[in-house]
Amino acid sequence: MAKRRIRLFFPADLVTEPIVYTMGKQFDVVTNIRGGEISGDSGWLYLELTGEDDEIDRAIDWAMRRGIRVDPVEGDIIAG
Amino acid sequence: MGYVRGLVCRECGEMYDLAPLHVCELCFGPLEVAYDYDAIRHDISREEIERGPTTVWRYRKLLPIGDEPLVDIQTGYTPLLRAENLGRLLGLRNLYVKNDTVNPSFSFKDRPVTVAATKARAFGFDTIACASTGNLAASVAAHGAKAQMRCVVFIPSDLEASKITNIGVYSPTLVAIRGNYDDVNRLCAEIADHYGWAFVNINLRPYYAEGSKTLAFEVAEQLGWRAPDTVIVPTASGALFTRIARGFEELVRVGLIPPARPRMGLAQAAGCSPIVMAHEANSMLIKPVKPSTIAKSLAIGNPADGYYCLKVIKETEGLAGSVTDEEIVEGIRLLAQTEGVFGETAGGVSVGVLKKMAEAGALDPDETVVVYVTGNGLKTPEAVAGSLPEPITIRASMAEFESALQLKPEEVPALS
Repeated sequence: MAKRRIRLFFPADLVTEPIVYTMGKQFDVVTNIRGGEISGDSGWLYLELTGEDDEIDRAIDWAMRRGIRVDPVEGDIIAG
Repeated sequence: MGYVRGLVCRECGEMYDLAPLHVCELCFGPLEVAYDYDAIRHDISREEIERGPTTVWRYRKLLPIGDEPLVDIQTGYTPLLRAENLGRLLGLRNLYVKNDTVNPSFSFKDRPVTVAATKARAFGFDTIACASTGNLAASVAAHGAKAQMRCVVFIPSDLEASKITNIGVYSPTLVAIRGNYDDVNRLCAEIADHYGWAFVNINLRPYYAEGSKTLAFEVAEQLGWRAPDTVIVPTASGALFTRIARGFEELVRVGLIPPARPRMGLAQAAGCSPIVMAHEANSMLIKPVKPSTIAKSLAIGNPADGYYCLKVIKETEGLAGSVTDEEIVEGIRLLAQTEGVFGETAGGVSVGVLKKMAEAGALDPDETVVVYVTGNGLKTPEAVAGSLPEPITIRASMAEFESALQLKPEEVPALS
């Protein structure tokens, strides 16, 4: 089993969507919210995903296709 | 480890032993180095620092390094230039340029990397690594060479040939990754997670970031042991901006300078300005952006320390501004024409934002302002190449020379 720490960023039109709940239902991953902030027009969450690597990849791809931005918790790693 | 108490989570305050860790296991907040400031205050003095090496290591007691052998390529103690010509143009009587273009690998990145590389070796790593589009890669490769460690550098596959040369000359293992920026970023995070390497700005980030404090230490010492009133800092991830602020705070805390809190001015390129945008919207939420700017060294659309930058701006009643690509080029040329310093695009961002702030009346004519120029212009010559006047070409004739010179009076800058 692998663990991956990610940061989700929600645009305004997805702030009210139950993304984390749906992700846990549709994919064989354990979702664990570790922090975040949601306002009326956007928001972010720290999420720990536990599962098989491929399944975590599929869950992340699904979220991105829904319009969620997914980054490592460290933010941008590629520096100037 | 003399003066270091350990690592502490910036969010929840959880303490950790010194280790290659960067994220709090409890809340995923960033970890940073915690010092015993009382002990430092007791042991440190201006005189001792002034007798020290003319590198960042003169401030060793304020860095997370004890007795370990240094990975040192003579970084730091760069010139603080009194910018009388530029100041006169902008109506600022006490303007200074911190010229960090002259570090060993020609950017400020040598400051954090010398600390990270020293720590990497002390922790027993055999491989040092980073993902970068330029300055960080060159610095890590240079320090890897000096430390004789294996060095792996990840770059985007479309990086310009000149930049690849600037990195490749140190002979790291260069891995060019195809894919868009976000794909490359995620892959590098996974690689960092899977391999037991010292990624300077990932698992060594708490130590790495500390090196940038020396840009505050040096400025205060060079001003005669006092803080400036306002500083302008080019900003990407926000690590440099927040650590310069921290550096001034620490000098006050350990008694090396009188109490002061410089206004922190944050400068970004308009094509990648998520922190400035949040500041202008009076929000503490950074919305990631897709960078589109010639200032590649500042092209971080999702800045890790963005929120903390906003806090610093609030706490210091600071400033934030951005400039277009055209204004960046203008800033590079203005600095070169007035002060003889050729900065890279990030320097053009600093000077461009300084100019905007001065013109908007946000700076007092008599206050002491320091503008940070953090990388060498020879790294990004293409940014200005197309905007420069053509050379005057003549035959070898005095008459033709004098005739040509008269035809081109506008090429001679008139500053007074």
